[in-house]
Formats: sequence, C-alpha cells, structure tokens
Amino acid sequence: MTTRVGIEVSIALADAVKMANADVIAAYPITPQTHIVEHLAELVANGELDAEYIPVESEHSAMSACVGSASVGARTFTATAGQGLELMHEVLYIPSAMRLPIVMAVANRALSSPLSVWGDHSDMMAVRDTGWIQIVVENGQQAMDNILCAFRIAEDKRVLLPVMVHLDGFNLTHVVEPIVFPEQSDVDKFLPAYNYPLPLNPDRPVAMGDFAPPVIFTEAKWAQEVVLRDSKDIILECWNEFGKTFGRQYFPVERYHSDGAKVLLLTVGSFGETAMVAIDKMRAEGNDVGQIRLRLWRPFPFEELRQAVKDADILIVLDRAISFGGPGGVVASEVKAALYNLDKKPRIVSYVAGLGGRDITVAAFEAIIKNGIEIARTGSENEYEIYGVRG
Amino acid sequence: MEKYAVYVPRLIKRKEKFAPGHRACIGCGEALAVRLAFKALDNNIVVANATGCMEIVASQIPYTTWHVPWIHTLFENTAAVASGIEAGYKAMKRKGVQVPDNVKVIAMAGDGGTSDIGLQALSGALERGHDFVYLCFDNEAYMNTGVQRSSATPYGAVTTTSPAGKNSIGQFSWKKNMPEIAAAHNIPYVATACHSYPFDLMDKVAKAASIPGPAYVHILSVCPTGWRSPTDTVVKLGRLAVETGIFPLYEVENGQYKMSIELPKLKPVKDYLKQQGRFRHLSDDIIAKIQERVEIEYQKLVEKAENGSKRAKRKSKTGAAKIST
Repeated sequence: MTTRVGIEVSIALADAVKMANADVIAAYPITPQTHIVEHLAELVANGELDAEYIPVESEHSAMSACVGSASVGARTFTATAGQGLELMHEVLYIPSAMRLPIVMAVANRALSSPLSVWGDHSDMMAVRDTGWIQIVVENGQQAMDNILCAFRIAEDKRVLLPVMVHLDGFNLTHVVEPIVFPEQSDVDKFLPAYNYPLPLNPDRPVAMGDFAPPVIFTEAKWAQEVVLRDSKDIILECWNEFGKTFGRQYFPVERYHSDGAKVLLLTVGSFGETAMVAIDKMRAEGNDVGQIRLRLWRPFPFEELRQAVKDADILIVLDRAISFGGPGGVVASEVKAALYNLDKKPRIVSYVAGLGGRDITVAAFEAIIKNGIEIARTGSENEYEIYGVRG
Repeated sequence: MEKYAVYVPRLIKRKEKFAPGHRACIGCGEALAVRLAFKALDNNIVVANATGCMEIVASQIPYTTWHVPWIHTLFENTAAVASGIEAGYKAMKRKGVQVPDNVKVIAMAGDGGTSDIGLQALSGALERGHDFVYLCFDNEAYMNTGVQRSSATPYGAVTTTSPAGKNSIGQFSWKKNMPEIAAAHNIPYVATACHSYPFDLMDKVAKAASIPGPAYVHILSVCPTGWRSPTDTVVKLGRLAVETGIFPLYEVENGQYKMSIELPKLKPVKDYLKQQGRFRHLSDDIIAKIQERVEIEYQKLVEKAENGSKRAKRKSKTGAAKIST
C-alpha cells in the first residue's frame, strides 16, 4: 500500500532522505534549498531520523564534513543551491576522485551578480566536470524517487561515486504536488544498509587523498573517468529495479511524442513539463513536433540521445544558462558535440531562456519551437538565440 | 650525552606512527614535532591532514609515512573534514553499526592552514563542540610553497612576500595570536608547545586527546629552510623562542591559564633573532620594539595565569566555607 499526499516537494525530498536512513547530514542554509535542510533538522530533532545533523558554517565546510563522514562509511546527505554549490566547488572534486558515495540535492539557482535567488541552471552547468553523477528531475515525484535511487547508485560497489539530484529552485522546491510515498519496507529492500569497502578505520589503516606525482596522476584520473562512464549501466539497472518495485521507471533520455517526429525540442528540468503542454497543443494543430528531456547529465547519455534524435530533421535545445563568450547554451553545445560525427543528424538550434527565474510559458515554448524551425531552415548568424530579452 | 640518556629511554618506548623515510628537509622541526605528537597518542585515531609540508612530504603515492588511518583533502577545510569523521562515527555507533570504539579524530594543519585560510572551518568546528584534537604545526610562514608570509609570521621577518627593502622592514604585522583565538571559543583545552620541549609537548597532546570535546594545541616548529638558520640549531632555536618569551608555553584548561615553565627572567629577544637569517636586517630600534612588545604580551599572559590561580584558590576557599556551614 502506498499513499499519495499533497506535499511541498522540498519536504517530500527530505522525507526520502529519512526513508533512506541517512547517518549524517551536513548543511548550510541557502535559498531555495532551505526547506529541505530545515525539515531534515526537524526530523533529527524530534527523533524521526537517527542521524547527526552538522550545522556547518559554510557550504565549503558542508561538503568537507560530508567527505569526512562518507570516508568512515556513514550514509551522507547534503543539499545546496547556486552560490552554495559554487562555494563548495573546490570540494566537489574530492569525493568523486576518492570514490565517496555522498548524495546531494541541488535546488538549481542562478549565480550572482546581480543577485538572484531564483532558478536557472548556471550552477548545475558550472559543476559538470567535477566527476559527480548528475540526475535532473522535473517534478516532485521524480525528486523523491531519485533521492532513493541516488543512494543506491552511489553506494553500489561497482560505482562508489557521489550523486547530485538537481531540481529547479522554487519551480520545484517550493510547490505543493501530489506525491506517492513508498512503503518503508519497500525502501529498505530497495536500499539495504551498506558497508563502505575501505573506510578510515584504526583497525585497518588506509591513506586517502595522497599526493600524486605526474607518473600516476593520469592513471588516477582515467580510472575515475572509466568508473563514471561505466556507472551508466548501473544507473539503468537501478532505474529498472526501481520501476519493478515502485512502478515508475526512469530513463537517461525521456521521450514525449518523439518517435518519428521531424522536429524535436530538448529540455532539461521542470520547464519540460510546460513544454509538454505546448507540444500537445502544436501536435493537435497538426505539427510534427515531439520532445526529449535529459534526465542524466553526467554520465552523458550519448547512445540514448543519438537513438532519440535519429529520425529528426530539427532539434531545438533549450538552455537555462549561458556559457559567456562561447557557444551560449551549454547543453546545446554538448548535444552538438555528441551528434557531430554522425552521418545523419538534425540541424541544431540553440535557445537560451528562463534565466534567473524568468518563466517560460506555453506560448513562449510555441514561439521558441516555431522560430527554431524557421532558423533551422533559413539559418542564423547567431551562435545561439536568446528568448524574450528586452532592450 | 647525558641528555641523550634522559630522552632516549622515554621516547623509544613509544610506537612510531609517523615513520621514517618521508621527504621533509634536513633538520625539519615540524617533522620532529609531528613525530613526537603522534608518539603521545594511541593507535585508536583517525588523522585529517590539511595540505601543507607534512602532507606533501609524507604521502607521495605509492608510499605513505602514516601507520594510522589518514585523510588529506584540501588546504582550508581540515577541521570540517574532522567534524564529519567524528559525526560519522558517532551516528554509526549509535545506530549499532560495527565501528571501533572511542576513536579520536586528530586534525592537523600548518599555520597558514590554521590562522589564515582554514580559520573559518576551524572556528566552526570548535564552536560546534566536536570531540576532536586540532594540532597546528606553526613554522611561521607558507614554507611548502617557498616561504611566503602568513598571519603567523612574526613582525620583521623576511619572507618571499614580505621582503625587506627601502620601504619595508619585512613582515609588517604582529603574529596573529591563534591560541587566544582558539581559547575565545571557550573550548575545554588549549595549549602551546614546541618540539624542543618533547615531554611537555607529548603530555599536552595526550591530555588534549583525553579530554572530551574540542582541544587545540599550537606547536611552534622551527623551519631551518624558511628561517634561514643552521639545521643543527633547530632544538636550540625552539628553546630560545620559549626562553625569550617570544613563544610562551602555557595551557588554558576550562578557561584557566597556566604557564608551563616558570621563567624568572626572560632572555633578550636579540639572542633568538640574531641566529636567524630572516631577522638579520633588523636594526637595534626594531629589535627594541620587538623586545618591548614581547615583554608586554608575556606579562599579560602571566597575569592571566596568576589571576586564574587566585580565582581557583578563592573558589576552593568558598567551597570549604560551604562545607563548614
């Protein structure tokens, strides 16, 4: 028996961490992640979750404390957003290289300056090379489900990598949605207690984070690359297993009316659900359009993406971040790179919109798709288009 | 030779955790201090080490100098890593996971990693009250990167980023008083130590580890490379730093200051300064200024210790009075 409740997404996400029976939470408050860590602090304070809650003095220390607790084998969680993710940037490289399975929720937020507490993907894109697995969710149910999956993937002995679960700040963190809560007994089966194979333990001393001369550094980095790349199979395995247990299955590239469609829109994150409404509307009007959504940002799902766009003539990619002075859309840039060597590939149009919490409405998506088709046919001098900018 | 007979039997019995074969410079006072500090501890420890000399010289893959579990992550976050280790063990033990009992977390960093870039993380960890020992091995500059000034570099010292010149006497600021900053967190134990007083150092480290809650030990570590001093004067310079009052040895236990060594008369700071190339350029005026400052600071400390012991006596008298009524 599962229960479906109307609940704020941040609260449900924190409840998922409780159901995962985390041992240590080290976190620092930052909007729009605060409700997640506030609820966790509450769960620990009232004894519903038996964990150590470390109210650290910065995000840099939050991730550092997570590294410490994961290195002794404790199941470890944190959450952050925007500037917080950037402040911990330096530390992010450590657990991925040390193979420490930390799980972190990122309430995606724009980066200053000017200050913005609202959502976009600048923070997520800035940490794409830190060696973490990065999963992106589009609604509250996916957020809750993927927190549970994240622990299982991270702790799999073939993986042992940290995982970020990205959810859009405010658009997801602060909305109330109907969410199906799994049974604790099912969660316990899906996510058994774990033993980190080489913890810091006086009975069996190990050294972590040593100094690598050039003769070994490349090998260390290559080992990291191979395990992150190979983790995709285990992620798929986990999502399959999750589907069997809980009835909801996830895919690295989610498809919506995309099979055979000549025009595709690619989205990342919660705005994809608004885009679906636009797709429905345009299809009802006789347009041959479909949508694909990236669920897995790292490891990048090359095969699944190529498969999903094989019949398309036009692929419009929506980014919520700018790579300044460069290709503009970060996702579009990677998608182009992934398809470049194929003989048959769609024309790619890169669109940037939805920065710093600006909404992208159904009408805006329609306009983006229509303009995108036009640009694909006639060409444009721009490396990328920016939608809705004034002045 | 007679000192040899005093020291060796007491030191050799202790198990080495920081093994020989590391890459520290000849005459490294810090390696000596680390070795002594860890001799004072039992094996039931986990070490979190900040980036710095001791990390670099002791951990090059595929070798390690450490005989105990050891982790290095970054420069400025060691106290935070230690917080996580402590919390991880605590949570798992409470939840019935098989983990060793009474593991003590030892964080260690240099003066830059402590009083500059790592100060925030350290302050946070001390304030939160984690059960850990923080050892600051202070060689008074960023020696690992080639002798740049830190906030722990003493006034007047030449480093590569505080050179002496027409418009500069060298380091322009007075050494940051890190033990006082630690003590201001009202933690149970703060102490200063130096490798030139090995038994005092070992006693303090052992005491720090025996006290529940955060403990901070600030250990002056002579660096011949950075101080431009002969390698065979390492022990002597440590002693002079203490005997001149430049680096007083003391403890702050539950807020009570206690001097570790009675010095009826301080030696002139000149005796210490003149033996080091980093102070060679100092004029008599500057030396007099340093002398004055050292005496004032030393006196302040002595007064704190005296007030502390008076308070302790008063307290015990009041206690006795209570019993009699």
